[in-house]
Amino acid sequence: MRYAMAIDTLKCVGCGDCVVACQTENNVPHGYCRDWIVENVSGTYPNLDLEFRSERCNHCDNAPCVRCCPTGASHIEKGGIVVVNHNECIGCGACIQSCPYDARYPHPEGYVDKCTFCMHRVEKGQNPACVDVCPTECLHFGDLDDPNSKVSLALKNRSHKVLAPEAGTKPQLYFLT
Amino acid sequence: MGFSALGAKGFSFFESEKQGPVSDEDLTPYPTYCEVCFWKCAGWTYVDKKGDIRKIIGNNDDPHCSGRLCPRGTGGVGMYYDEDRLKTPLIRETKADGTQYYREASWDEALDLMAEKMEKLRKEHGPECLALFSHGTGGKMLTHLVKAFGTPNITAPSFAQCRGPREVAFTATFGEDVMSPERTDIRDTKCLVLIGSHIGENMHNGQIQEMSHAIDNDATIITVDPRFSTAASHSKYWLPIKPATDIALLLAWTHVIINEELYDKDYVKKYTFGFDELKEHVKNNTPEWAYGITTIEPHIIRATAREMAAAAPRTLVHPGRHVTWYGDDTQRSRAIAILNALLGSWGRRGGFYNPEKVHLPSFPHPPYPKPSRSWKDAYPEGKYNLVSEVLSTGICDATIPNADLDCHLRGWIVYGTNLMASLPDQRKTIEAIENLDFLVVIDTMPMDITGYADIVLPECTYLERYDFVRTSPHREPALALRMPAVQPKYDSKPNWWIAKNLASRLGLSDYFKWDKIEDVLDWQLKQVGSSLEEMQRIGVKKYKREYDDLFWLEGLPDYEFNTNTGKIELYSTELANEDYDPLPKYTAHPEPEQGYYRLNYGRAPMHTFSRTSNNPNLSDLMDENSVWINPKVADLWEIKNNQYIWLKNQDGVISSFPIKARVTERIRWDSVYMVHGFGHTNKKLTRAYGKGGSDSELVTKVVMDPIMGGTGMRGNFVTFILENPAKENKEDKA
Repeated sequence: MRYAMAIDTLKCVGCGDCVVACQTENNVPHGYCRDWIVENVSGTYPNLDLEFRSERCNHCDNAPCVRCCPTGASHIEKGGIVVVNHNECIGCGACIQSCPYDARYPHPEGYVDKCTFCMHRVEKGQNPACVDVCPTECLHFGDLDDPNSKVSLALKNRSHKVLAPEAGTKPQLYFLT
Repeated sequence: MGFSALGAKGFSFFESEKQGPVSDEDLTPYPTYCEVCFWKCAGWTYVDKKGDIRKIIGNNDDPHCSGRLCPRGTGGVGMYYDEDRLKTPLIRETKADGTQYYREASWDEALDLMAEKMEKLRKEHGPECLALFSHGTGGKMLTHLVKAFGTPNITAPSFAQCRGPREVAFTATFGEDVMSPERTDIRDTKCLVLIGSHIGENMHNGQIQEMSHAIDNDATIITVDPRFSTAASHSKYWLPIKPATDIALLLAWTHVIINEELYDKDYVKKYTFGFDELKEHVKNNTPEWAYGITTIEPHIIRATAREMAAAAPRTLVHPGRHVTWYGDDTQRSRAIAILNALLGSWGRRGGFYNPEKVHLPSFPHPPYPKPSRSWKDAYPEGKYNLVSEVLSTGICDATIPNADLDCHLRGWIVYGTNLMASLPDQRKTIEAIENLDFLVVIDTMPMDITGYADIVLPECTYLERYDFVRTSPHREPALALRMPAVQPKYDSKPNWWIAKNLASRLGLSDYFKWDKIEDVLDWQLKQVGSSLEEMQRIGVKKYKREYDDLFWLEGLPDYEFNTNTGKIELYSTELANEDYDPLPKYTAHPEPEQGYYRLNYGRAPMHTFSRTSNNPNLSDLMDENSVWINPKVADLWEIKNNQYIWLKNQDGVISSFPIKARVTERIRWDSVYMVHGFGHTNKKLTRAYGKGGSDSELVTKVVMDPIMGGTGMRGNFVTFILENPAKENKEDKA
């Protein structure tokens, strides 16, 4: 089993609903977030391109944050989900420095926090909160090992990219283009 | 470092239960429908065992949202937790030295005083001298109260400052208006045309969801906008039009569709009136003519007209929602209606559908007294004959003494609308308020308008109260219940309690012959085969359509339209009878002087007008607006990205607060843009006070739509001030 997410940049409108839903679902304190929106404008008026991306932890196959964690708090769970065990985390921040996606933040309670793909929901067969709330249904989540999962089908039928492939982290967030 | 770590850990002892996710099984869901905007999506408020609201999730059965709330609906929890909420009734007092302040009061005292003022007004001037500004579901109960009191002056900014022109124009053309939620079949359209409608930034949930389906279906999207909007970025064609020239483009499209014989001939022949007059009217409106006005190249105008025709009748030229721009807005909306008629999309799949609602009977009450005067008396006879709702700005006119007008309004109740931001020309609003005997504001938040009130009444949020059942029309008729998930915080009360307790003080108890609103809701629901108990369980109840007439003009059946001719009026006899142009004409609008730029404004997806800017969840996403400036213009002024500047408009009004410059290619060089609803002046809004700029204070020039009294607000021009103008003034004085 290998969980992944595909984000349809042709449909995302950058509304930030995924961010709010994550905050209320996971009790992320105000001023912090586990997912966020990037707006990328290129060209000059009136020949322009605009891409919105809902970004979060890439749950990398080759995760630098896990390798550099001195306590083993950052680890990989079933399905490839990268998780921080809050009780084992000493808040040193090495993982924050190592992440090419800037996906982690220091929680005010002294540990490092990040997206868990809503593991507490996924374990019960639910989608992550951001996926279920998105008004444009531009987020697809599922198991890459299942050829009929939403994410597998999206990647099969559409062109896509990953962020910072040169970092060699084998990220599992795919952006449909 | 050690201190903060200790502090954090100490705090976590108490807060630990709040940290981290809670499984849905440990939460109790209560049905609600959202009140953060007017779309009113139904959902579930999840409450944990401690009685804290944890999250709000959409109701899967609701046709408004299909189980997916927008960021504002998801962030609605912030309305409940906002520590800046109004907490107790407030009464304005004046000290011996003339300074004024607000004194906390009990509900009994505040309602006694309000009733006393209303009674005095009724005795001395008549009940028609009271006006109610109301926005939102909760206003319905107050509307009932003031109707029983005897006034017809009940208004909302949603007509004269928003969708009024489109409703009048579509009624003139088709005999029916567009309604809310809009009856647009975006889901099934093959060609969606957006004219200044920035779906995706205006987060009208059903529309954004359907636009996403349309993208899945490979629909062609054509967006006309001077700004590279989100919708423009998702479009096959973006037409970067010169602002204020939309009617020229619409007439050129009409010209192409008629001259190339691309219109739906059977539909036009069977249903429309005035085709020959229209054809003659647009004969010179060639794409080449429009090019010089709109800056859109002729081949693009032709290509987009052909795309529209190729997809017809599944082509939707969207009527928009906030359409009060330049004062000829009814005519622009008419041009949009006419295009839809030529393409045969009205009443057809992929165009406009026939919405249906569940009719809930009102709880029995005595008939309302018949008012002897209304706000319209303030105007000369015959003005605004086509106006279908009360004009909010008309209420201001009827309040300010004027030798030529019969002005008579003396008391205002303002419910759930921040008039300082929702009405243009603040000076006029303030002048009207200064002429009032009393102003009562009912709100959940200390919005800017509360600072002008004599009495402030704190309402509890939608998450803490019952309201009338939502019956708004849709493809499938449906009901939605809102019930309290938690008890009201602080000393706030629901609108129904306020109205009922006011009624008993005004001798109007016969209109409120029930103990609590649950009795009313249960009675109403039982009339349509449901009950309060059932709705508390399911939240949303769908009903079958009475007739199978969702797309009632498919197959071209015989049909009589509710117009003078019984036809779709391309040529409007109604407008002709009132001496307005029966066919829309392009007129040139004033342009900015050198060094000034047209002020355009719009929406951000995470905010609703000015009401959410202090919401802790939503201000976390966006806590201030910025003014969008084209890089070429920024270079001329030496303005850097993220630099704070001030704006001055054509009348010399300078923005109260600095606003951040956003230097971006997404905007033309002849205009600037900002998101509406920021730059609050009330310090009690601790997150929103002084953050960003207020477009409302810069909209001092209003071009009235002569047909329906809409306030055209996009004829204002601003220039930039780079140094703090407050400092300059001080130096001048020194």
